Amino acid sequence: MTVFRLSSAALDTVALRAELTDASCGGFVAFEGWVRDHNEGQRVARLEYEAFAPLCLREGARVVAEATARFGLRGATCVHRLGPLELADIAVWVGVAAFHRDEAFRACRYIIDEVKHRLPIWKKEYYENGDSGWVNCERCAAPAQHADDHAHAGVREHGHDHG
Amino acid sequence: MSATLYGLLLTGGRSKRMQRDKANLEYAGQSQLARAMALLEPLVARTFVSVRADQLDDARRAAYPCIVDLVPDLGPISGIHAALYAHRNAAWLVVACDLPFLDAATLQQLIAAREPQRLASAFRSSHDGKPEPLCAIYEPACAAAIDAWMTTGQHCPRGFLAQANVALLTLRAPRALDNINTAEEYAAARQQLAGAAEGADSRAPAAMRTLRVQYFALLREQAGRNQETVTSRASDARELYQELRALRNLQLRPEQLRVAINEDFADWSQALKDGDSVVFLPPVAGG
Repeated sequence: MTVFRLSSAALDTVALRAELTDASCGGFVAFEGWVRDHNEGQRVARLEYEAFAPLCLREGARVVAEATARFGLRGATCVHRLGPLELADIAVWVGVAAFHRDEAFRACRYIIDEVKHRLPIWKKEYYENGDSGWVNCERCAAPAQHADDHAHAGVREHGHDHG
Repeated sequence: MSATLYGLLLTGGRSKRMQRDKANLEYAGQSQLARAMALLEPLVARTFVSVRADQLDDARRAAYPCIVDLVPDLGPISGIHAALYAHRNAAWLVVACDLPFLDAATLQQLIAAREPQRLASAFRSSHDGKPEPLCAIYEPACAAAIDAWMTTGQHCPRGFLAQANVALLTLRAPRALDNINTAEEYAAARQQLAGAAEGADSRAPAAMRTLRVQYFALLREQAGRNQETVTSRASDARELYQELRALRNLQLRPEQLRVAINEDFADWSQALKDGDSVVFLPPVAGG
């Protein structure tokens, strides 16, 4: 199975976990990113993900390969949802298996952090008040003095972590 | 409250001495029309191209919102006059299309020094000290004033400004408003601007390339399409984005984007090849 995937269907976490089962491993860590009902003071009703799929798959595979090499993983999978999602749906799933728990925890964190910052995936939130907006983008059209706020190069967190 | 500022690029000139359409002259692979519109767009609320009625079919002009002269054959004052009457509440940043050295800093200087309570704000010519009419801001009250001026049989915009209540300022970059009237001046300007563009000498000469551009997320919504095939002389992604930004009225600035060429991340300065597939990536939000 490919280590990074995109899915328009709901994720089957039992099946995903089963793919990584390995008797040589002493630790398995999984992270689930959930669709949250609020963001930056707004009540979120639902959202939609859109991706530039070919580059997303390429960069996602690189992220997982980096984590595998760096932390000596025995197995790793990351799946990201696309299309419309409802509250409490799983938006992204990361699972890693390693000989020991320390590498597993660190590798899982590495993968989700890099995926959020590097993959060409965009999220449109639909709010309870009827508004909608592309996360990290809507204030981009603001006057030039805010130029740095949403630049890609910035490592600023956007207050939208699921974990 | 000062009036909202719109931008107007004057392209109705007959180019008698040049004998070529000045709007289509190219510098560093990009038409002066596209360069000037890209320069105006971030500085004003809306941008328009001023055209003669017989230029409406020109594809390069038609790519932008156009305003047609109301009174034909009176030169640039007609274009300014038509714009003032097309949007009565707007003030107009008017720019001629034969100013290849015009830069954002010069326009920003003009906008910052604008005095909306006067009829217009303009630079003092670095050649003769008179107001420069073709890189100036015209307030809404100019509509009636220019109309009256034209009915007296006069149509020299410089003459209009010379007798009007105008805020006059001194150019910080004295050559920014040098215009191009002859083939010799054009050749010299091209050379200078090519030299000014970094690494220009190492680039391939500007040839037409057919490129596929895909849009995602906010840019898809702003462009009103998922993708398009573009024929362009843009030598790299930076120039291409500049063109498309003006053409499709894209609101994101290049520094907010990353670029992908042929399905992998690329440098903004990577040379474009015929058939390349280009994607401008808005700020991402996975997870």
